[in-house]
Amino acid sequence: MAKKESKNGLTLQFIPFSDISHLSSVERIKKLLKIVLDNKVIVLQGRLKPEEETRLIEDTMIMIGNIKGFKGVELSVVESNSDDKTLFDKMRFGLAKVIAGQQDAITIIGPASVIKEMKKDPKKLEVMMR
Amino acid sequence: MAIKILKDFTKRMFGLFFKTKKQISLGFYGPPNAGKTSLANRICKDWTGEEIGKVSKLPHETRNVQFKEEVEIKYKEKALKFKLVDTPGIATKIDYEDFVKAKMQKKQAQRRAKEATQGIVEAIKWLDDMDAVVVVLDATENPYSQVNLTIVGNLVARKIPVLIAANKVDLKKADVKKIELAFPDYDVVGISAKDGKNIDEFYESVFKLAKKT
Repeated sequence: MAKKESKNGLTLQFIPFSDISHLSSVERIKKLLKIVLDNKVIVLQGRLKPEEETRLIEDTMIMIGNIKGFKGVELSVVESNSDDKTLFDKMRFGLAKVIAGQQDAITIIGPASVIKEMKKDPKKLEVMMR
Repeated sequence: MAIKILKDFTKRMFGLFFKTKKQISLGFYGPPNAGKTSLANRICKDWTGEEIGKVSKLPHETRNVQFKEEVEIKYKEKALKFKLVDTPGIATKIDYEDFVKAKMQKKQAQRRAKEATQGIVEAIKWLDDMDAVVVVLDATENPYSQVNLTIVGNLVARKIPVLIAANKVDLKKADVKKIELAFPDYDVVGISAKDGKNIDEFYESVFKLAKKT
């Protein structure tokens, strides 16, 4: 697990997919939100399942109401462009996704008190800090 | 395994039988201030003469799931009954200070923020009760926000048919093409809930959507 700290105290925490692959959905969300509560920005290899993303939103909303000063999270997923892949590659990646989860993506999750906004388009992701 | 297949088959058959008799639950989901309530209001007014909820320029005006049952919509001599479910806008963050900036008193802003967070949880819970969903997006905003992708991703995972309504086409900045490019696998219809532009095209798409349920 690699950590990088800049002068103004921003901490990025890289989480390889292998760190969460064995966890249940509830444990994954718990782990990620615990890091976010430490005011760290998570760079996660791979992406959560759709139902885990909504669970993350639900738990975030509950935490806003219960943890003083917590305003929520900024979340964004950057995926590889499947348009560039051949049919065979798409099938291969589809099968790998079913077996091992989607690892050919990067998910960024950070506290809304640290990240002001994430602007995304098909080619880039801009992260604006506070 | 065989029991599970039999159970699923029975459930589907029951579902088919009841769906022909009952109404279709049509949810309106999307980010805050995209015009979900405005669109639900327009449909309700068109077919029942009543509105479903209050609208405001301030985000998170809808903080509870609100619905209207037995709304009969007619299109080309066909009629379908819907339960229209208007939901609070889904967001990943809520800061009461944003409401204070909009000249709301601190206590009122804090209460609004708290209700908004509860509304989001409620909206997500209601996803399971939907037969079909209209994802309402503001056509003047960037469609690639993660909230939009998460909502659509969840509907796909739950096998709920989706129609995307690109709202606010009455505004100059509206870009329906951009929304079509962001969601190439879905039917996108540009509309203005405010002035009713393209509403017939929208009803046509809703009937197509209903066929998929």
